[in-house]
Amino acid sequence: MRKACTPSKFVADVMNKVPPSGIRRYFDLASGLEDVISLGVGEPDYVTPWHIREACIHSLECGETSYTSNYGLIELREELADHFSTKYRANYDPDTEILVTSGVSEALDVAIRAITNPGDEIIVVQPSYVAYVPSVMFAGGVPVIISTKLENNFKLTAEELEAAITPRTKAVIINFPNNPTGATMGKEDLEAIADVVCEHDIMVISDEVYDCLTYNGGHTCFASLDGMRDRTILLNGFSKAYAMTGFRMAYAMASPKIISAMMLIHQYSMLCAPITAQIGAIEALKNGQHEMERMVRDYDRRRHLIISGLNKIGLDCFEPKGAFYAFPSVENTGLSSEEFAERLMNEQRVVTIPGNVFGEAGTGFLRCSYATSREEIEVALERIGAFVDGL
Amino acid sequence: MNDKTRHILECLGEDARISHEEIATLTGLTVDEVSKTVKDLEESGVIRKYKTVIDWDLAGDENVYAIIELKVSLERTIGYQPLVERLYKFPEVRSVRLLSGQYDLSLTVSGKTMKEVAFFVAEKISTLEQVQHTTTHFVLKTYKEDGVILHEQDHVTRLPVTP
Repeated sequence: MRKACTPSKFVADVMNKVPPSGIRRYFDLASGLEDVISLGVGEPDYVTPWHIREACIHSLECGETSYTSNYGLIELREELADHFSTKYRANYDPDTEILVTSGVSEALDVAIRAITNPGDEIIVVQPSYVAYVPSVMFAGGVPVIISTKLENNFKLTAEELEAAITPRTKAVIINFPNNPTGATMGKEDLEAIADVVCEHDIMVISDEVYDCLTYNGGHTCFASLDGMRDRTILLNGFSKAYAMTGFRMAYAMASPKIISAMMLIHQYSMLCAPITAQIGAIEALKNGQHEMERMVRDYDRRRHLIISGLNKIGLDCFEPKGAFYAFPSVENTGLSSEEFAERLMNEQRVVTIPGNVFGEAGTGFLRCSYATSREEIEVALERIGAFVDGL
Repeated sequence: MNDKTRHILECLGEDARISHEEIATLTGLTVDEVSKTVKDLEESGVIRKYKTVIDWDLAGDENVYAIIELKVSLERTIGYQPLVERLYKFPEVRSVRLLSGQYDLSLTVSGKTMKEVAFFVAEKISTLEQVQHTTTHFVLKTYKEDGVILHEQDHVTRLPVTP
């Protein structure tokens, strides 16, 4: 008889160190419930604009089903270069400085792996998107956490960054407008960060996937700051701005050395992003502005609705100026984030995500996505109000 | 148009029955600001009317609709205006548009039966001196009216929780 296999012993050690996603647990809890209103969704409630879907359908009809260049279609990279040059005066060479990826998640993973030697420290600014810390760990790096604070409107300060840097620090990952807080950082805020970054000679991975979703003031692209282009790996994608989450369409922009390092990983793992999605992305860049602006104005109205609603209920909520999340504090209810979210789900059937899922810094807060219809937000607010009143 | 006005118009365009209080909540403006802006927009004619989009077929309405294309002759000193005014005064005429291309004007006409619409066109429209030629297209089914799709659509569900 052959020897029995014990699969668990084959799993790499790092897998046991990476904690499972806290979000996954809420997904399982929510999936069993009926009549649920979900404010737990990190994606637009819009369907991808028809002109984009139609362009993809047309490309399929024409038989455009092949691999593309590992870098992505040159037409797409040229559109991206134009777009960034016009919008942010950030100039990238479409031939050597842009890599099209399957989602920002892939771009992030590839970016971290491309720069991380075993033991290198990568600073993660929390509350943050759930993939940052695990991605650093998978790459053999050591995540170093900075917790941003409500009193600073969840912005990263130069002092906080300075204090986290050691001789082993390789890079810092920032994400503004931020998931989950909705915080943004203006030009001056970012200039202060740029000074520290240069002084200590580290890289910046800037995940700007929510750049189009800002309210009361535009977005500053980190790479557009003086001297920052070659020090930045700029990540962005089509999911949020153009309601294209399922297309998995994103890109990285950086200096040629960095992009070619990222390209090595990408070409041997992903090979290229799906061609249909790339064609959709070209259409989005060429003709999607109008529809995107309409969606952003609609988010802005829902933002006002949810912020004023949460504040009325007594859940203090600072004004998020970007993304589509409100991040109220539940501290004055006496419940922890998790108790609040779980009881709210079970007693009132409203799904939210406890802030601590996004790092220690989110403890005491709740992420409420307002990428859902106004009617649903109104009902959700009624239910949250009833829940808080009943405590 | 400023952002404030656009937000208010989009709220009303989506739901003509929305209250000024609700608009204020959605825009961060005060109720007074909203009311004043709406009043200005009404007075200046930007807001013409508050209407309901009705699926008359579903309501069981027997009315028929036709799109009438008109070819007209113009006299040197008079433009389209006098003819257009004659046309839009008929209650049967639901819309009047000046078009580029092969025809000059397009009307939407409603009536109880196809016969009634056909006679209306023959008697009241074709006989006008400036009207050279008419083509009547009866509407068989309306799929989308003023931006609203008039049939039930499949609802795409999202996962309840995503990062």
